[in-house]
Amino acid sequence: MTAPAVVVTDVHKKFGAAPALDGISFEVSPGELFGLVGPDGAGKTTLFRILTTLIVPDSGTATVLGLDVVQDLWAIRSRVGYMPGRFSLYGDLTVEENLKFFASVFGTTIQKGYDLIAPVYRQIEMFNDRRADALSGGMKQKLALSCALVHRPDILFLDEPTTGVDAVSRREFWDQLDTLRDSGLTIIVSTPYMDEVMHCDRVALMQGGRILQIDPPAEIGSRYSLPLIEVIGSDRYRMLLALRRGPHAHSVYPFGIGLHFTDSRSGYDPATAAAEVKRYLESEGFTDLEVHPIDASIEDRFMDLMPAEQRAS
Amino acid sequence: MTAPAAKSSEQAIVVNELTRKFGDFTAVDHITFDVKAGEVFGFLGANGAGKTTAIKMLTGLLAPTSGDAQVAGLDLKSQTEQIRQRIGYMSQRFSLYEDLTVRENIALYGGIYGLTDKQIRERSDVMIQTLGLTDDLVAKLPLGWKQKLAFSVALLHEPAIVFLDEPTGGVDPITRRQFWEMIYSAASRGTTVFVTTHYMDEAEYCDRISIMVDGKIATLGTPLELKKQWNVPTIDELFVRLARPK
Repeated sequence: MTAPAVVVTDVHKKFGAAPALDGISFEVSPGELFGLVGPDGAGKTTLFRILTTLIVPDSGTATVLGLDVVQDLWAIRSRVGYMPGRFSLYGDLTVEENLKFFASVFGTTIQKGYDLIAPVYRQIEMFNDRRADALSGGMKQKLALSCALVHRPDILFLDEPTTGVDAVSRREFWDQLDTLRDSGLTIIVSTPYMDEVMHCDRVALMQGGRILQIDPPAEIGSRYSLPLIEVIGSDRYRMLLALRRGPHAHSVYPFGIGLHFTDSRSGYDPATAAAEVKRYLESEGFTDLEVHPIDASIEDRFMDLMPAEQRAS
Repeated sequence: MTAPAAKSSEQAIVVNELTRKFGDFTAVDHITFDVKAGEVFGFLGANGAGKTTAIKMLTGLLAPTSGDAQVAGLDLKSQTEQIRQRIGYMSQRFSLYEDLTVRENIALYGGIYGLTDKQIRERSDVMIQTLGLTDDLVAKLPLGWKQKLAFSVALLHEPAIVFLDEPTGGVDPITRRQFWEMIYSAASRGTTVFVTTHYMDEAEYCDRISIMVDGKIATLGTPLELKKQWNVPTIDELFVRLARPK
C-alpha cells in the first residue's frame, strides 16, 4: 500500500457564523484524478485554500503528500501546483514572462519543466510575446495550467478551471487532464458541471460544506433508490405540471430533451411505473409520448441527495 | 415546448445582416435570423464567437456597423429608447444591489422603468410571495435566490422580450431547473425569452437555438431538427463539431 496523497479528517471552517466546511473527510490516492463537484457555495474553494496552506482549518486535520497543512506549510508549498478559480496571471506580462515568473518563484526555469508542460504550453507558445490580458479565455486557461505545472509539482489543485468556459474548450481541458494523469500526477479538480466528472477516477459530490457521496463516476447513479422514468413529448411545461400533480410523484424535473419523473414507491418495478406514467399522461390529453425507465445520472443523484428544503416540490 | 400557435406569426425580433466591426476585426458578421413572440430562443456559441456583441446590439447598448433589426416591433437604430422600455435584461454578473433589501431593489428598478408606487407595491408583494422570500438584504440571499430574484426584477415592467446572459452559471442543479421553470412560465404568459448558456442540456430546453461560430450563425432550428439534420445524438455533440477550432 502506498501512502495516500491527501488525507482530510473532519475538517471544519467557518467564516463569521456561516460554516464553509462542515465536517469534511476523504482520502486521495497517488496518481488519482479526483473530482469535487458542486455549486457555488459548496465549500470547494475553501477546501482548496486549506489544502494549499493559504488558510487553516478551525478544527480537524489535513495532510498533503504526508505533510501537515498547518505544521509543514513551507514544505508543502514547493510541491503543489495550484490554479485558483479566478485567473492568477499577470495581465501586463506576456505569456513567456508569466511562465518565467512562476518558474523563478520556485527557483527553476521553463526548460526544466518543459517536457511536463509541453502538451499544454505548445498550444500557446506561438503567442509568447502576447500580453496575458490579450489572450482568449481558453488560452488564458492553458497558460494558467502551464504556470501551475512549470515547477514540476507532485500534486495539482485546479479550482473550477472550466467555469464560464465554452463546451469545446472544456472538453479540450479535460483531455489534457487525462494526459497529465497518465503521466502519474495526482490531480484534484473542482467543477460545477456534473457531466465533466466522468473523466475522474472518483468524484465527491459537495453541497453546503458537506460531502454527500464519494464514488467512481459510473457508480454514483447506481445508488439512486427510486424508479426513474424519462418522459419525452411536446408541451413540456404543461406536462411537467401535470406529472407533479399526478400520482406517485417524488420529483419531476426538466432534463435534457425531456423530463425526469421519479416515482415515490421504493422498489416498484420501473417498467410498470413507466407504463402507468404513460397511461396517466394520455388520460390528461398528451400524445406522441416516449416514456421509459432510465439509469440515474450523476446530476439525478446529486439532486436526490440535496437537503429536502432545497428541493422543488 | 412550442410557442402558442396564435402567436407563431408574430416576430419578437427580426435581425437583418447585422454586423459589428472593431477596427479590422468583425465580431458579428452579417447575421440574419428571427425570434418568434413567446418563444424560448437559445443563443449559443463558443467564447469569442460574437454572442455578447450581438446581445449588446439587440439591447441597444452598442450601435451596429451595418445591417438593421426590429426588436419588439421597434427599429433598432431610430427607436433605441423605446426598445429599452420594452425589454428586460439579466446579465451573468449578478445585477442587483447587494446592500439594498429585496423590496428596495424592486422599488429601484420599478422607478427606473417608470412604474407607479402602487404598481411597485403590488408587484413587490406578488414577487416576494411567489418566490417565498423575506425582505432581507440581497447580500444575505444564496446565489440561486439572487438569480431568481434578478430574473423576476427583469420581468417587473412586463417587457415583451427578456434577454438572459448565462443566467444559471454556478447555480446548483435543482435551482437551475427551478430557474428554467420560471422561464417556461414567463414564456407561457407570452414573454419572449432570449437566453445564452454554457450548459448544453439547457440548450435542449429551448424551442429553437442558434449556434454562432466566428461571428456568423452556423446553424439554427429546433433542437430536434438540428440533431436530425446534423445526425448527432445531442446538442453538445453538435456544438463541439461546429465550434471546435480547426
